[in-house]
Amino acid sequence: MAKKLITVSVNGKSEEKAVEPRTLLIHFLREELNLTGAHIGCETSHCGACTVDIDGRSVKSCTHLAVQCDGSEVLTVEGLANKGVLHAVQEGFYKEHGLQCGFCTPGMLMRAYRFLHENPNPSEEEIRMGMSGNLCRCTGYQNIVKAVQHAAKKLQETATA
Amino acid sequence: MNAPVQTAEAREIALAGMGVSRLRKEDARFIQGKGNYVDDIKMPGMLHMDIVRSPLAHARIKKIHKEAALAIPGVHAVLTADDLKPLKLHWMPTLAGDVAAVLADEKVHFQMQEVAIVIADDRYIAADAVEAVEVEYEELPVVVDPYAALQPDAPVIREDLAGKTSGAHGPREHHNHIFTWDAGDKAAADAAFANAPVTVSQHMYYPRVHPCPLETCGCVASFDPVRGDLTTYITSQAPHVVRTVVSLLSGIPESKVRIVSPDIGGGFGNKVGVYPGYVCAIVASIVLGRPVKWVEDRVENISTTAFARDYHMDGELAATPDGKITALRVNVVADHGAFDACADPTKFPAGMFHIVSGSYDIPAAHCSVKGVYTNKAPGGVAYRCSFRVTEAVYLVERMVDVLAQKLGMDKAEIRAKNFIKKEQFPYTSAFGFEYDSGDYHTALKKVLDAVDYPALRAEQAAKRADPNSPTLMGIGLVTFTEVVGAGPSKMCDILGVGMFDSCEIRIHPTGSAIARMGTITQGQGHQTTYAQIIATELGIPSEVIQVEEGDTSTAPYGLGTYGSRSTPVAGAAIALAARKIHAKARKIAAHMLEVNENDLDWEVDRFKVKGDDSKFKTMADVAWQAYHQPPAGMEPGLEAVHYYDPPNFTFPFGIYLCVVDIDRATGETKIRRFYALDDCGTRINPMIIEGQIHGGLTEGFAVAMGQQMPFDAQGNLMGNTLMDYFLPTAVETPKWETDHTVTPSPHHPIGAKGVAESPHVGSIPTFTSAVVDAFAHLGVTHMDMPHNAFRVWKQLKATGQNL
Repeated sequence: MAKKLITVSVNGKSEEKAVEPRTLLIHFLREELNLTGAHIGCETSHCGACTVDIDGRSVKSCTHLAVQCDGSEVLTVEGLANKGVLHAVQEGFYKEHGLQCGFCTPGMLMRAYRFLHENPNPSEEEIRMGMSGNLCRCTGYQNIVKAVQHAAKKLQETATA
Repeated sequence: MNAPVQTAEAREIALAGMGVSRLRKEDARFIQGKGNYVDDIKMPGMLHMDIVRSPLAHARIKKIHKEAALAIPGVHAVLTADDLKPLKLHWMPTLAGDVAAVLADEKVHFQMQEVAIVIADDRYIAADAVEAVEVEYEELPVVVDPYAALQPDAPVIREDLAGKTSGAHGPREHHNHIFTWDAGDKAAADAAFANAPVTVSQHMYYPRVHPCPLETCGCVASFDPVRGDLTTYITSQAPHVVRTVVSLLSGIPESKVRIVSPDIGGGFGNKVGVYPGYVCAIVASIVLGRPVKWVEDRVENISTTAFARDYHMDGELAATPDGKITALRVNVVADHGAFDACADPTKFPAGMFHIVSGSYDIPAAHCSVKGVYTNKAPGGVAYRCSFRVTEAVYLVERMVDVLAQKLGMDKAEIRAKNFIKKEQFPYTSAFGFEYDSGDYHTALKKVLDAVDYPALRAEQAAKRADPNSPTLMGIGLVTFTEVVGAGPSKMCDILGVGMFDSCEIRIHPTGSAIARMGTITQGQGHQTTYAQIIATELGIPSEVIQVEEGDTSTAPYGLGTYGSRSTPVAGAAIALAARKIHAKARKIAAHMLEVNENDLDWEVDRFKVKGDDSKFKTMADVAWQAYHQPPAGMEPGLEAVHYYDPPNFTFPFGIYLCVVDIDRATGETKIRRFYALDDCGTRINPMIIEGQIHGGLTEGFAVAMGQQMPFDAQGNLMGNTLMDYFLPTAVETPKWETDHTVTPSPHHPIGAKGVAESPHVGSIPTFTSAVVDAFAHLGVTHMDMPHNAFRVWKQLKATGQNL
């Protein structure tokens, strides 16, 4: 199959690669770029384990073609921490025990990251709704809600500091 | 030179040992995308495997056309049962004493059964090749109902068993019959029923469900043709058992087989078995001399790898008119699918189902479980439970509710009346289990007080009296006991290997440590909690204790993580390995301090000379001495291995209460409140325990309220994607309230019983109890799961309650 050349900024680094048009973004990230943080859980957009951020939107990369990202900016879980300092959502998940097996976590973190841009001061109900595209089989979500609340508080403190 | 003097309390806090809500050591990699799951593993020259599966549930294979697939550039091989026959690998033994087809041999027995494999350069080409393989089938009559399967003229599902009148668990009475297993005393139970003033009976179906961890099953198999050894990275809850099975199947000596369970994205019982996909990937790697990766997709996961439950149960209770239970009888028809691939200890084809007498002092009891073949996928694993304990707890808790309704008693009162009393422990049940410890009355009172039970009942009575109430209110109550921590090797084995578990601890010269275990975490946080046990036992800060599991080349042999056995079995192995080290350390400390061993006291992290606080040696001091200059005649080093064969199971228990409000117009059930009190004995890390309970309750909620694997008459699975199979989101999931009591296990070295499965086991009948309770005043005694809105709405219609 003829390949197409695409240029994508991934975690701030420009990547120029020739890909098959049918290549899914999740496979491009995991297999071409060796960014294995995002996972494949369902292949049907239900579980959200593959969630990444594209041009300021949460996207499930298992149903998104790599060629659709030509010229886009993609942020994955590997790009969340800044020079070794954890992002507030990463800190929140750690401190509030918001993860167990860790498989959904990269997608959860990327969704939480974008959600808190969309709604910096959410209620619990808003968090539950805002995170409802991401499934977790381990935690029962209660501590994920706390983790997002932790991150929201920290981001607000940082913003006003 | 002198460090500041720290109090014993301060030093204990610094250890972060048992009882502390220590943050998790494993999180750093997971929150930064640096986990290492099977699908993350890449090896040089690695090929990809995909599987051709049957669209039909029962059919003869007439011909398989490989040519078109083989013609696709990048396809290396297409293998069928005929290719595996010369290797004698087209069939494999199951953990339940049956055989299962690795690739369908002449016929397919269930929809999505493995028919052929393709190996290609990448997963896209492999998927293309799967499409290009053409299989000609001749359809056969399908049987999906286990009662129909036992009819005399039912289709023969297992032609390979023709003429076999007995199986691994006794005589077979029909061509689709697998076993009949009995426990308890039938004569005593029958006699009690014959004379009973009150009896109740109830039929109930526990639907076929799937554990559905977020990571599907898969492996990367790598056979090195030069060295003759095989390394396989695999999603397994029991890597050592896999190594033994692979060695037996392949003929490669066990010393040349290395099985590694890396990070596991949830298991819940789905990752206990050995699946055809694993075997095929290993064979492909041996045949091609290159690493081969296979990772199933979600449809394959739900359709083929290890379902749970599918029990058709009839329960009966006999009682006195004032509600004292005198006998229990249970009959089960168990749908095992096309191959008996249940994952149970060898001697127990229905697992620990005989915990079915529950938390109650029932003098006479009998149960009988009949295993049946149908044209469905094999399995029957313990979905977040210990070997059919979930089914047993569901049955007895439903029956106690049914009896309470018949007698007009409150469901809390009837339970308190029949509980095994605190002073009766250790208690031997009518089925022969010796319950280690419990205090059910105290726990029940704590829950009833916490929720103000009388006020809830008063509110419910007021709602029932109001014909215009928009909701029906139900109160569910369950008081369950589990049997976990399999198990004593005199009773429990898998493939003949006793169900012990193991730990090896090495203290390094500078006082840090590594522990290697026969178990494997899948989210339970072993790297955190195991280190806490060692910290408390040996006075080494948990921060400098490394815990490793899952690599059979480095870890001691163990039976793995399922059935809540990690803490009861491996946790005990840790404590006892640590105590061996402690005993040696005491000798070294005595030598260093030039006193007799008996003149030393142990305090947090050090041996002190009795009566003189200034003379002491810390464990770190001792470690250095052990490598630097051990006492004359003593072996250098400071390490120990312990294989722990538990003397008994452990028996965690809990009291769960749930309040539901059912919308009379839509049938939707709102979980208003769920209060879960668990007693898992000694608590190692309260934060992790609470997290495990949240997760288990949520999985229980999923099972009770929405999960099922429905089949049509042709054997088509009607819901095998996450579109149809219910995994709750954060929106549906209730908020959980947790509580605990602590009744240590008397026979466990640290008194711990195991916890992560209790919330799944206990919550499911609690939801049913609550939903049925909403209709109890209308004479409804039971409703089968799942309690989705449509099914509850039908009940509203049937009872004239629909608005």
